[in-house]
This record gives sequence, structure tokens and C-alpha cells, in this order.
Amino acid sequence: MKVSYQWLRALLPGLTNSPEETAEILALRGAPVEEMLHLAPGLEGLVVAKVVAVQGHPDADRLSVCQVEAGGGVLQVVCGAPNVQAGGLYPFAPAGSFLPGGMAINAVSIRGVESNGMLCSEAELGMGPDADGIMALSGDFPPGEPLAAALGLDDWRMDVEITANRGDLLSHVGIARELASAGGKALILPSIPGSQGPPWGLQDSGLALETGEVEVSVGGVSVRVQDPDLCSRYLGAVIRGVKVGPSPPWLASRIRAAGSRPINNVVDATNYVLLEMGQPLHAFDLAKLHGSAIVVRRAREGELLRTLDGVNRRLDEGMLAICDRSVPVAIAGVMGGVDSEVSGETTDILLECALFDPKSIRATRNALDMSTDASYRFERGVDPEGMEPAVERAVEIILATAGGRLDSAVLDACPVPWSGLTVPLRPGRVQRLLGITLTEDEIGELLGPLGFRVTGTLDEALNFAVPGFRSYDVRREVDLLEEIARSYGYDRFPSELGPFRPGTVPDHPLFQVEDDLRDLLVGEGFFEAQTMAFAPEAEGEVELSNPVSMQEAHLRTALLPGLVRRVEFNFARGMRDVRLFELGTVFLPGESGGAPREEAHLALVLTGNQAPLHWKGEPKGVDLWYLKGLLGRLVSEARMEGSRVAEGAPSGQRLVPEEGFSVVGADGETLGSAGRIDSARVDAPAWAGPVWGLELTLPGEPNPKAPPLYEAPPAFPGVDRDLALLLPKALPARQVGKVIQEAAGPLLFDLQIFDLYEGKGIAEGLRSVAFRLRYQSHQRTLMDEEVERSVKTVVNRLREELGVEPRG
Amino acid sequence: MIDALKALEIQALEAITAAAAAEALEVLRIRYLGRKDGQISGILRGLGSLGADERPAVGAEANRVKERVQVALDERKAALEAGTGGPGPYLDLSLPGSRGWRGGRHPVTQAIDELWSIFRSMGFTRARGPEVETDWYNFVALNTPLDHPVVDEADTLYLRNGLLLRTHTSPVQIRTMELHEPPIRIIAPGMVFRRDTPDTTHTPAFLQLEGLVVDEGITFIDFKATLAEFARRFWGPGTQIRFRPSFFPFTEPSAEVDVKRILTRPDGTTEETDWLEIMGAGMVDPAVLDNVGYDSERYTGFAFGMGPARIAALKYGIRDIRVFFEDDIRFLNQFARP
Repeated sequence: MKVSYQWLRALLPGLTNSPEETAEILALRGAPVEEMLHLAPGLEGLVVAKVVAVQGHPDADRLSVCQVEAGGGVLQVVCGAPNVQAGGLYPFAPAGSFLPGGMAINAVSIRGVESNGMLCSEAELGMGPDADGIMALSGDFPPGEPLAAALGLDDWRMDVEITANRGDLLSHVGIARELASAGGKALILPSIPGSQGPPWGLQDSGLALETGEVEVSVGGVSVRVQDPDLCSRYLGAVIRGVKVGPSPPWLASRIRAAGSRPINNVVDATNYVLLEMGQPLHAFDLAKLHGSAIVVRRAREGELLRTLDGVNRRLDEGMLAICDRSVPVAIAGVMGGVDSEVSGETTDILLECALFDPKSIRATRNALDMSTDASYRFERGVDPEGMEPAVERAVEIILATAGGRLDSAVLDACPVPWSGLTVPLRPGRVQRLLGITLTEDEIGELLGPLGFRVTGTLDEALNFAVPGFRSYDVRREVDLLEEIARSYGYDRFPSELGPFRPGTVPDHPLFQVEDDLRDLLVGEGFFEAQTMAFAPEAEGEVELSNPVSMQEAHLRTALLPGLVRRVEFNFARGMRDVRLFELGTVFLPGESGGAPREEAHLALVLTGNQAPLHWKGEPKGVDLWYLKGLLGRLVSEARMEGSRVAEGAPSGQRLVPEEGFSVVGADGETLGSAGRIDSARVDAPAWAGPVWGLELTLPGEPNPKAPPLYEAPPAFPGVDRDLALLLPKALPARQVGKVIQEAAGPLLFDLQIFDLYEGKGIAEGLRSVAFRLRYQSHQRTLMDEEVERSVKTVVNRLREELGVEPRG
Repeated sequence: MIDALKALEIQALEAITAAAAAEALEVLRIRYLGRKDGQISGILRGLGSLGADERPAVGAEANRVKERVQVALDERKAALEAGTGGPGPYLDLSLPGSRGWRGGRHPVTQAIDELWSIFRSMGFTRARGPEVETDWYNFVALNTPLDHPVVDEADTLYLRNGLLLRTHTSPVQIRTMELHEPPIRIIAPGMVFRRDTPDTTHTPAFLQLEGLVVDEGITFIDFKATLAEFARRFWGPGTQIRFRPSFFPFTEPSAEVDVKRILTRPDGTTEETDWLEIMGAGMVDPAVLDNVGYDSERYTGFAFGMGPARIAALKYGIRDIRVFFEDDIRFLNQFARP
């Protein structure tokens, strides 16, 4: 909501706060000012000047020497404009002032004639393109008046953020009312220049209303509300003989100050009332309404209407339309139609002020994908008690600016009269919810300035009458409690931390697992990445119906593809060594179209060297064995109990199956993979190394980490025996290790592979794999003989079971 | 004589330490211990000419010095052969040490970690919920009818089957209360989604941190005190905190919480920031408690939500939050562990 500070001042003559102070008050009342714009920046020091005499310059044909009155006596000014005239009023920059562009104005001598300032053109003031002559001011301004004030620009436009519950603040009156309640200032409606006064004598007789339940007809004009569930009341005022034309300056500048564009006096009058009182109004050209009738009804399927924005709209049965005798002429509460628009030829108008159902307006404007100042307000609730004053105000302005006369009575079709709203409040709940104790009187004093009045008591509850403008959001006891807190002032509540009871919700164990995995990977030199869950079609199975980007309209089924793109991003910036991991959610299709199955995943990518460059030698590149080692640690840290690492990466993914691993769960399901990413799937520069990747499905509800069980380290020395074995290339070392373990018996404490060699000296098809067997006992120092015996058994068993021989 | 021996010892040891090559050591060996002209050898040889009262003491000292010098020569020789020790070009201590890659948690994770450590010390536990939600959990149960204007403002992303990506972590409030009885005292960090075009302050996915406290006797004062205590701990002493009225359908009264920080510039001078919005919060609306089957006459509570990315951006001086999703390692490296 764009609010003019000067308009607020007109409504609140007692407002002495500066624009900044006003913004601060509003923030603390729940309506923060997001932006404040001074409408006339740089006009400080500039004034209105009256040229009292003009003479030619003695030494230059195109210059004239003017005697200028600018508040402080007569000054001599040299002027180059052809249009300067004695008796004219012009913007004047006295010596010592600055133009909006920053140019300093000094007293100078121009071709020998003293000049004490400058008469300004539109362009020099940054107010328009006209640089040919100085800007003539029309109006009755005293010389010396500040220019900004004379031009109506001495104003600040505040962009106030209004929350969805406070439709009542979507007007200057609403904002002023809130300010008034904060400081006991009185609110008045500013008088309308040129008005003969309220047209029908509000004080003594009230509105001259011709009220009917559904249909009402006066002087050949009729209004009928056919669907009262969507329109509870429709007021129509007929003004005849108007002269449509440009709005007077006071009206146009108010409209501009609030950020809108003046159109003509009639339309501007309705917009003025919308901006001032929050009541959307619409003016129809009465001559264009078939049968001089308004019928408020649901649209028929397929009815067409060209709206004021020039778009042809196709209506449907869910939408409320304002129709004449035959066709729709407006979409109720959203926008009027072009055919009945007020134009230069219009003489008779019908002014609409109606109350529509907020939900219906919202559904309609959603279906039409449009939003207007009117629909925005109707959706948030328009004051049912504010309709008559709004019609009265609009009529007054139209009569004052466009002439004409009001038909004898205002048509009032009122199928559902507003009956007021009362909300009970139990004073004890104040203490219960807010923690402060207030007497009934204090409660009344806090709510009174906001428009709530006690109407009585019922079962120890105070009944509060809710003003119409708050009737949409204050409907329950708790709504009143909020108003009490707001009126009391949030800052006045004490801030004392009391004791609390611990909660019943256990800390979700997956958070701890994620933290443990982060610790491990950060220690290994990885950065944590964040990517978004949106993915191209090839990488997702769950589709969004309204994606942010059509290229990423699916939800990812894996984290790795997104991380590979982050590697490519870093490659493109010349980074060779990239190590990233991510913890995030993936989305798999649910059963029979239901909710997708969500899994928590860990993924990582790495490429480049295993360590940063160092003078002791080029470090090795990341390889499969580093990845395999990391995989084992991560599976264990992720508490993937019962899972094991199997050789070979799953096929059909981006990993090369022969250079990778799978993680297989207890039931044989695949829970992870790791390996080299197919280079065809990575957009990598020539200098980049291979890219390795890993992804794990984390347990959704991991078990708590089991504490380690203490075991005393052996007290007796161990004995190492190295055994180099010739393995056929197709025989996995793991199988050999298993036989060694079984054959060596319980004295074998540890088994490591410490060397692998193939090539010269080793027969074709074989490789030499060296195992180190550590023998150790918890009970005694081992004898050489028993170790030798065990090694012999191992060698024999390997020969018998696998045909493997020790290297000669 | 004994003093002369001690002086000779010091002189010899200094010369040995300074020797930079095996040849130099050999020269020194001959000078001090050489059979013919060695200075120490000479003293030993001349013992016979000393008086009997002096001879044993000088002899013992001369032997001690001879042994000490011999050990120094051997050690120095071994050190030179091993290429270690000694002064000069053999060991350039200015060369950099070797180390592994730096790594680090994502800056937004670091912000969440910090938030968690504060809330943990205030008795909170962590809860989580699904990222795909139903209308019920994301809106209706949170007292937000689907035809309410705030549903538009939420800019929801929908799935083909009508489910949606949660627009806030508040559904975790409902799911937690459905499963557990009061007292409730949780935070719920998690990813949320909005149909926003990315710009300097918006990304269509971002992390949010929800909080919920429900028990008997929780009042607006507890609400204010808890969040003010949190804000002071997180933003540092001297931080001013302001609660201002706002609107969320699932809290009433609702508030925005602002902080005003004191920043210390590198030159030691300080600067006060503007009011910075750091969270939305409020007393749990009784309709929400009713929706999960809690007795809203008996229980009250408060809830809050904040954006760790926004908080991290404020804390680290980041003006474009899109960098959080770029994963440029030069950016991440600024937040790395040493």
C-alpha cells in the first residue's frame, strides 16, 4: 500500500510526527514501511518567484534582465528564456542554492550584468523534457513560497507492508485510524475544494436511500441482486449531466502522490475514495447500460467481456458478473468493461459501491490470473459499514469536479443487511495467554481506541462489538487478545526467562548421523555443497505441475547428478581439485500415485589430487582405492547396519560398473554405489582428471550408535610373517585372505596385504601378492615353532584349495 | 692446567659444531686428538712431568675432555652423513609443511549448527518431516484455509498428483504434535520451497528453521523471553531486540522479531546496524492446537521460524544469497576449517 504522508496529515491535523517517526510508529503497530520516497528530492532552497519587470540585456540580444521578487526583496536576474514575462510566476533558484542535478547557483556577472540566481526550466528541475523556456507556474502562489510545496511535491510516499489479515489498513483512512489509536489524535475527512458540501445533508437526514431487498428501481434505473450469497449489498448512485475532463490539480496530485495515474475527474474521484477510504467504487456510463439496469448475477458459461485493460475475458459460472439487462458489463469486484467505460462523451453515470464475497472475488481473479486494486481489497475484506460514507464522498467529489446533479435517491439493493459482530472475551484468558493481569477497565481502555466497544457481559465474558472494518479478522476471543497485546505494546511485556519442562520428543537420530558424516568428510578435506531438488526429466520421476523452470520440472532421484554439475561449474572456473559432498532428500515414485517416497542421501564427488601440491613431489591423483577406503568408513559412520560393500558398481547409472562398488543392504537391496563417473557424462576440460562419485541411502530411523566395548590390548609380543603368493589374475585377493584366515587359526591376530607386483620375473597371467600375517596371543609369548607350523598349514591349504603357490 | 683443559674443550666443541664437512672434522680431530701434535694428546703425554699431587686430577680431566671431544666428532660426522643437523643450506625451515585438503561445512549448515547449539542448551530437541506435503499439513491444519490470500503469497509448488512441496517447516509442528503429547520443545531445520524466481534475496529452495514450544502455562512473556535470550546469545552482547506485531495464520498474537547489532569495524570503531528482520513468530493459534487434538483451553505455546541462509548472509556480509547454491569451492573455502 502506497501512502502519501501529506494525505495522512490532511486526515490527522494533529499528526506532528515526521515521516520517519510515522514509519516507526507504523512498524510497531504491525505495518512496517518498506520504502520511503521523497517526491521532490533536490528542490530544497528553490522557491516561487514573481518577475516584476523585464528589460533587454545591454550587451546580448537573447538575454533579458529581470527584476524578480522571491520573498526577500527584489533581485536582479539575467534570463535566457524567450518566454519570460513580467508578472509571471516561475521556479527560482536563488544564489547559494543547488539544482536537483547538483549544480550550484552563484551570484555571477553575465556580460557585465549582475545576476543573483536562476529562473528554471522543467528540464533543469528534472521534472520533464522541456528545456526551451522556463517553467510557468499557474496558480496563486505568494513569491518566496517553497517550490516543492507549490507543486504539491513536498510529500513522502511510504510503501507500507500490510499483512493479509489487515484489509482495513489498505487505505489512508485505515492507516490514519491506526496512527490515531496510537496517539489519541482525531481523524477528520479533509474538505473537498470546490464542494458545495455533502450533497444530501448527512447531518440531519442521512443518506437518501431507496432500499429494496433484492431489486430496487428509481427514475427508470434499476438494480437487482440475483445472487445474494456473493453480493450482500449493492448501492448505485446516478449522477446526470457530468462534464468529464482532467482532474483539478489537488485531485491529480493526491492520486499521483499515492502512486497512481490520474485519468479523468470521474474515474479519479472513485480512485480517490478507494485510496482514501479503502472502498472500491466503479463508475459506469449509464447510457451504455442496456435497459438502464444493473443485474448482479453469476456469469453464464462462456459469456465474454472486454475488460478495461483491453483483454477479452471468457467468464464461467463460478464468477460473479455485473450485467446490464443483457450482457456482463464488469467482473464483480475485479474490473469493469470497456463498453460501459466513462469517456469524454459520457454525461450520465451510475456509481457502484457494492459488497462482494471475498472468497468469490479471490477465486475469480485467480481463474482469470489478474489482480486489481479493487480485487486486492475485496479479497481482504471491505468495511460493510463504510459503504454509505464512500458513496457520499465520491458523489461530492464528482459534483465538485465534474458538475452534474445527483438523482433524488441512491439505489440500495440490500438482500443481506449487515447486522454487526460481537465477540466475547473472558478476562482470565488475558493472564493465561499473555501472562499479564489486566482489569476489565484496562482491557476496555486498550481496545477502545481500536474501535472495539463493550456492549455487555455474558457468563463472566465481556462482549465486544467489532467495528465493521475489523469484522473479517477479529471474530474469536484470541483475535481480541492479540489486539490487547498490540495495543498494550509488545515492547512493554517483561522478558523474564522462567523455568521450563523438558519436551517429550526425542532428538531425531538422523540429525546426529548427518553431523557425524559431515565431521568425517570435512576432516577428509571435502566441502559441503547445497543443491536444489529440482532436476531435468532424465533425472527425476516425480513431476511438478508448476515448476520454476521448465528445464527442471522434476524432483531428483539422486544427488550425484547435481553434484557433477557443481564439479563442471568449478571446472569452468579453472578449479582442478574439487571435493564436494551433500546431504539431501531425493524423491522416488510413491505407491499408486500417492506421496513420493523420500530418502535421505549422502553423495560426494571428487577429482584431482589426493593432496595439495607440495615441494616434496607431485601428489598422486585420487584413485579407486582412496574411494573404496572412504566408502567403507562412510557405510560404517552412516550406521547402515547389515550392509556390505560389493565389487562392481550398479549398471545403468553414471558410474563405470568395472571401476566401482555397490553397497548391498541386509535384504539384498542396493543402498549405495561408488566409482568412477563415466567420462562421457562429465563436461570436463582436457586438463581435468577423472571424476569419482559416491552416493548412499541413509537409514531413515538410524539406531543409536553402539558404544565401543573395551578389550585389553595383548600384553605379549607379536610375530610377523610375510608371505608372497602367486595369484592367478582372476582370483580375488579377498578369497585368498579368507583361506589364510581359516587355515592360520586363532593365533592369527591381523592380516594385511602390503605389496602387489606383476611383470618381470612373474609368469604371465600371475601376480605376486604379499600378505603380512601377525601372530599374537593374549596368554603367552608365541614359540617360533608354532608360528612356523601355522604358516606351513596356510601354505598347504592355499595350494590344496586355490592352487596358489608362494613366490619362489 | 685444569682450566686450560676446560678452555680447550669449549674451543674444540664450538669448532666441531661449526664444521660443515667431513674434511673439516678430520682437520679438527688431528688438531685436538692427533697422535703426534694433538693438543689434548700432548697434555696427556706430558702428564709424567707433573707433580704426583697434581697428576691424577689433571689426568682424569684430560681423559674426560678427550672422550667428550671424540663423541662430539662422531656425532657431528654422523649428522653430516645423514644430511641433517647443522646450520646453513641443509635444512630450509622456511619450506611449507605438507597437509591435506581443507574442508568445511556449508556456511548455512554452520549457521544451523550455531542455532542448534543455542537451542540445545535451552532444552530443545530436533524434529523432521517430509518435504512433500499435503494441503492439510502445509495449510489447513495450520489454520490457513486454502482460499485465504496468504496461500497465494506462499507461491506453492505443486506435484502432478496435487501434493505440494512444503512452503515452510511449520507442517513439522502438526506432525510432531500428532505423535507426541505436551510438553513439546523442538526445533525443526529443513528445506522448504517457493515458486520464486532466483534473485539476490530469494531462491526457490532454501533452509528454514522452525521452533515450537507447547505446555501448560506458556505465555507471551515466555515467548518473548525465550526468543530474546536466543537472539542475545546468537547476535552477541549489546544486541537490541524488538518484537513488532505481524500476521501468520497459525499464530496469534503474531510477531516479527528484529535485531539491531553493534558491528565492530577492523579499525576498532563500532557501528549500529538498522533493524534487521530475523524471524517470524507468535503464540500458537488455538485452532492449530484443536486440529491436532490438544486441549486449547489447557495448553498454550509459541512457535517461530527463521531462515538460516538469511541469517548467515547477515552474519557474513553476503549480499546475494544465490552464492549458497553455487558451490564454488573458492567461496566455500572462505568458511573452511583451518
